[in-house]
Amino acid sequence: MLTLKHIGKTYPNGVRALDGVSLDVELGEIVAVVGGSGCGKSTLLRAISGLDRPTQGAVVFKDDIISEPHEKIGIIFQEPRLLPWLTVAENVGFGLADRPKDERKARVARALERVGLTEKANVWPRELSGGQAQRVAIARALVARPEVLLLDEPFSALDAFTRIDLQDHLLDLWADQKPTLVHVTHDVDEAIVLADRVVVMRPRPGRVADEIVIDLPRPRDRQSAAFDFAKRRVLAALDRSLDRAVRVDDGETKSEAGAALWW
Amino acid sequence: MSFEAEGATASESKPAGERVVRWARPVLGLLLPVGLALGWEIVVWLGISDGRLVPPPSRIYEEFAELARSGELLRHLIATLMRVAAGFGLGTLAGTLLGAIAGYSGLVRRLVDPSLQGLRAVPSIAWIPLFILWLGIFETSKVALIAVGVFFPIYLGVMDAILSVDRKIVEVGRVFRLSGAGMVRRILLPAVLPTYVVSLRSGLGLGWMFVIAAEFMGASEGLGYLLIDGQQLGKPTEIVAAILAFAVLGKATDAILAAVMAPFLRWQDVFKPAGEQ
Ligand SMILES: Nc1ncnc2c1ncn2[C@@H]1O[C@H](COP(=O)(O)OP(=O)(O)O)[C@@H](O)[C@H]1O
Ligand SMILES: [Mg+2]
Repeated sequence: MLTLKHIGKTYPNGVRALDGVSLDVELGEIVAVVGGSGCGKSTLLRAISGLDRPTQGAVVFKDDIISEPHEKIGIIFQEPRLLPWLTVAENVGFGLADRPKDERKARVARALERVGLTEKANVWPRELSGGQAQRVAIARALVARPEVLLLDEPFSALDAFTRIDLQDHLLDLWADQKPTLVHVTHDVDEAIVLADRVVVMRPRPGRVADEIVIDLPRPRDRQSAAFDFAKRRVLAALDRSLDRAVRVDDGETKSEAGAALWW
Repeated sequence: MSFEAEGATASESKPAGERVVRWARPVLGLLLPVGLALGWEIVVWLGISDGRLVPPPSRIYEEFAELARSGELLRHLIATLMRVAAGFGLGTLAGTLLGAIAGYSGLVRRLVDPSLQGLRAVPSIAWIPLFILWLGIFETSKVALIAVGVFFPIYLGVMDAILSVDRKIVEVGRVFRLSGAGMVRRILLPAVLPTYVVSLRSGLGLGWMFVIAAEFMGASEGLGYLLIDGQQLGKPTEIVAAILAFAVLGKATDAILAAVMAPFLRWQDVFKPAGEQ
C-alpha cells in the first residue's frame, strides 16, 4: 500500500506547493488526481516518485520511506522523454539492462506487442507520432513491472481522438499486472473513465479538497447517465475547491455590478 | 560522406543550371592556387626567377617523389602519426574522463575546474622546457605536449555539454535508478556525443599543431624534423613538401574521425540518406 502522510512542499523560492496532503492508495487501485493548473499535482507525483523530496511529511510505500526513486515505482511524464539515441526497442528495454539478454528481448517484444508498435521496434524515436511516442513511454514504464505507476498528465499533449484511444489502452495494459495507478489529469472525463477514486485538489497551497469514489463497472460507457452523474459530481467538487477564490471574485464583481445597477 | 549524399539528392531536385553552379563553385576555388602554381612554374621555366627560395610545383613534386622512393617520407610520416596518435589518445582519454567527472560531480568541478582553467591560460608551448626537464628530450615529452594540447578542448567540451544536458532526460535515468557510472555511460555520454565529436575534431586539430612544436624541440624523424632539416640545409622544397604532407594528413585524419563517429550520430541526423527508409 502507498501512504502519503501530511505531505508538504515548500520550494526554495518560498512557493508553498503542497500542505498537509494525506492519502492512502490501495494495491491495484486507480486514483485520479484532478485540480487546476498550479495546485501542486506534479509536485505531489514527484514526491511519490522520489525524484523530489517533500519538505514535510513522508511518502511510505510498503514500509519504505520514499526518498529516492524506488524500483517498484514508475512514472510517465507529460512528454514521452524517449532517449533519442536509442531505438524504440532499446528505449523500452532501458530499465532491463541488468536482465539476461534473452529475457530482455522477450519482455521488450511482448511490451511492444501490447502497445501495438511491434513494427516500430527498430525505428528512431524521432520517427514516431506523439501518440506512438507516448505509447513507447508507457511500454518502457510497464516493462519494468512497477507496482505503482505514476502518470503526470500523460495524454494532455495529444489530440482528443488519440487521447481516448490511449485511455482505453492504458486500462487494457493495467489489467495485465494490475499495478497501482496514480493518474494526474485536468481532463475530468479521463479521470472518470480510468479511476476508482478521484482526488480533487485545491491550490495555494495545494491540498486535497475532496475525494469521490467512482463506483462504475468497467469498461465504462462515456455516454451513460451514470458516467454523466459522476462527472457532474467531480465538476461540482472542482467548483467547490475553487470556492474561496470564486467568492472573493464574486464579492468584487457583485458590488461593482450592484453599483452599476444602482446608477 | 554525408556531404556527398546531400549534394546528390539536392542536385536531383534542382534544375540543370544550379547543378552547373554546384560543380563550378569548387572549381572557382581551385582557380587561384592552380593559376598561381602554373604561373610560377612558367616564370621559373622562362628563367625569370631561379625558383631557389620559392620552388615551383615540379620541383616540389620531385622532392616528394625522391622522399617517397627512398622511404624517407614514410618513415617521417609514421613517426609523426604515431606521436599524434599517442598524444591524441592520451589527451582524449584524460579530457573525456575528467570532463565527464567534473561535469557530473559539482564537488569535483569546484575542486578541479579552477586549477584546470588556470593551466589552460598558459600557452601550451610554454610547457616545453619543463617537459624536457621532466620527461627528457625523447618521445615522452613530445607525446605529453600533444596530449596537453588535445586535453583542454575535450575536457571543456565534455564538461560544458554535460552541464547542458536536458534535466528531463536525466530524470529518466534517475527513475530507472542508474548508478553514477550508469548515468554517465547511458545518459550523459550519449547526450553529449554530438558536442563531443566537435571537441574531438578540434582536439585533433590542436594535436597536429602541437606535434610540430614537439618535433621542433629536437627530433631525428617526423615531418617537423623535415621542416627544420629543410631550413638548416636551405632546402625550401623539403619544407613545402612537409607542409603539404601535414595538410593532407590533417585533413585525412579529420575526415576519418568524422566518418568513424558518423554511425553513432545517425539518430540525430536530420537528413536521411536515400538508401535508408
Ligand atoms: N521547481 C520549482 N521551483 C519553484 N516553484 C515551483 C517549482 N515547481 C513548481 N513550482 C510551483 O509550485 C506550484 C505547484 O506546481 P505544480 O506542482 O507544477 O502544479 P500542477 O502540476 O498542479 O500544475 C506552482 O505554483 C508552481 O509555480
Ligand atoms: Mg503539472
